[in-house]
Amino acid sequence: MRPTPRPYLAPALVAVALTLCGPLVARFSPSHQDLLITVLLYAYWATAWNILGGMAGQLSFGHATFIGTGAYTSSILFVKFGVNPWLGMLAGAVLAAALGLFVGYASFRYGLRDVYFSLTTLAFGEIIFLLIANTDYHGVFGGQGGVRFPVVEPSPLVFQFGSKLGYYYVIAPLLVVALTLTWWIRRSQLGYYLIAIRENERAAQAIGIDITRYKLVAVALSAALTALGGTFYAQYYLFIDPPSVLQSSLSIAVLLPAIVGGMDTRLGPLVGAIVLIPISEQIRTTLSGGVAGGHLVVYGLVIILVMLFIPQGLVGWIAERGWPAGQPGASGGPASRPAAEA
Amino acid sequence: MPILEVESVTKMFGGLAAVRDLSFGVERGEIVGIIGPNGAGKTTAFEIITGFQTPTEGRVRFKGESLAGLRPYETARRGLGRTFQIPQPFPGFTVLENIMAAAFMHHPSRPAAERKARSVLERVGMASSAGFLAKNLTLADTKRLEIARALAIDAEMVLLDEVMAGLTPVEADEAIALLLSLNRDDGVTFLVIEHIMQIIMSISRRIVVLHHGEKIAEGTPDHVSQDAKVIESYLGEETFLA
Repeated sequence: MRPTPRPYLAPALVAVALTLCGPLVARFSPSHQDLLITVLLYAYWATAWNILGGMAGQLSFGHATFIGTGAYTSSILFVKFGVNPWLGMLAGAVLAAALGLFVGYASFRYGLRDVYFSLTTLAFGEIIFLLIANTDYHGVFGGQGGVRFPVVEPSPLVFQFGSKLGYYYVIAPLLVVALTLTWWIRRSQLGYYLIAIRENERAAQAIGIDITRYKLVAVALSAALTALGGTFYAQYYLFIDPPSVLQSSLSIAVLLPAIVGGMDTRLGPLVGAIVLIPISEQIRTTLSGGVAGGHLVVYGLVIILVMLFIPQGLVGWIAERGWPAGQPGASGGPASRPAAEA
Repeated sequence: MPILEVESVTKMFGGLAAVRDLSFGVERGEIVGIIGPNGAGKTTAFEIITGFQTPTEGRVRFKGESLAGLRPYETARRGLGRTFQIPQPFPGFTVLENIMAAAFMHHPSRPAAERKARSVLERVGMASSAGFLAKNLTLADTKRLEIARALAIDAEMVLLDEVMAGLTPVEADEAIALLLSLNRDDGVTFLVIEHIMQIIMSISRRIVVLHHGEKIAEGTPDHVSQDAKVIESYLGEETFLA
């Protein structure tokens, strides 16, 4: 691997692009602004998911739990206790990291990995979903009804904006932070250890890596970042309920951009979201009048085709053809490891 | 005091003793060979020493300290390196990244880890392969990579599990030269499992012979090759060695 003269070039470029886009975004129609924000949110979630799934190779099917934790924590704190959502956002991240450590420890301590880890996270997510959906507790959790925000004067101080542009200026920096963090991890001891664990657990142990500890670091970090996006979701829609932030289909939705974009790559989750989310939205609006669930069938077909013909993901596919931004050193892994095909 | 002491180690798999009441020691700076037929318990002994398996009875001491209850990564951090019978590289990493992952143990900053990794690659003669993906290496280079990884954690003692197996005579000669040089110039202690008698006889100062999990002989190459039990169970007819 050649030493890169400008290692943080890609996140810097994304930051510059998103900043320059600001004035342009202001001229977008609300529906296009909404689409862009959705793309960025999913890119952010997928990037956070990929720290655990792509780098450490532990495929979580339960990240909706962490989204829901972030969303519910900040919302309940704000609506019921008047705590500022920005503080609630941090509280949600801490709580999500703790939940991540709990699930992670329960799995990794007993050697559950690969598909067993995935199933554990899926089951845990379902438990939390059912728990919250059936818990009202004096109106705190709201059960099936969810949590509804009272009307307040929009202000950045309470994480509510009068226009969608304000939300753009929150999610765009969040994404840049997540990307920069990913770049930093990939170049640090932590990143080398996570990939070593993904590539070969026995060999990782033989060079002194405490694999349980580093997997827990990955799950905590991934969960905390994901939860920040959960709070963003709640503040954006000002309404949450179990189906919108805790359902397993959301867990799948946040990992798809990473898989389609390329789990072995750092830009994959972003590229995957840019490609998938507009397709998904377009199919949904076009087919919504027809057969119920028809848009999901078409969306499923798109994903099957990508998995079938580009299992290494879009960025991985480009990297194999020698595009500089995606070389092995930049992507950090084999283009066609089995996990990528799962 | 020996650097490694194996004391009455027994490993039961169900009713089967893979290793039974095994004791031997390795002095610092020695090269000790372990030989025996397939299924004699050689690899199991390695797995127990490095913490990948826990012994049913007995214990292992390294540098005078008991390794009981330590997990593999902890034995590695104390200076025990190993290679695997079936090589276990990090396939998606380049050669340099494979070594860097190991070098991070004592060099947490990236530039320091890279410097250490490059010097190790230089030492084992793989500097020109630094940028290759590990999955594209030849068998000989993959095995060399595993030795380099053990050196990158500054292992004082390295356990080699059949690093010569499957190599061409020329590659095996290179591997022997590297091993002897690491032992002589860098003071690395080696415990070596090997099937090729000619090689094990030529590099080892002492040899431990296992059969059905039990030690049936121990001593210099000359001594064990004359041993009646060793000849009967493993070496075959005397003329084979002559």
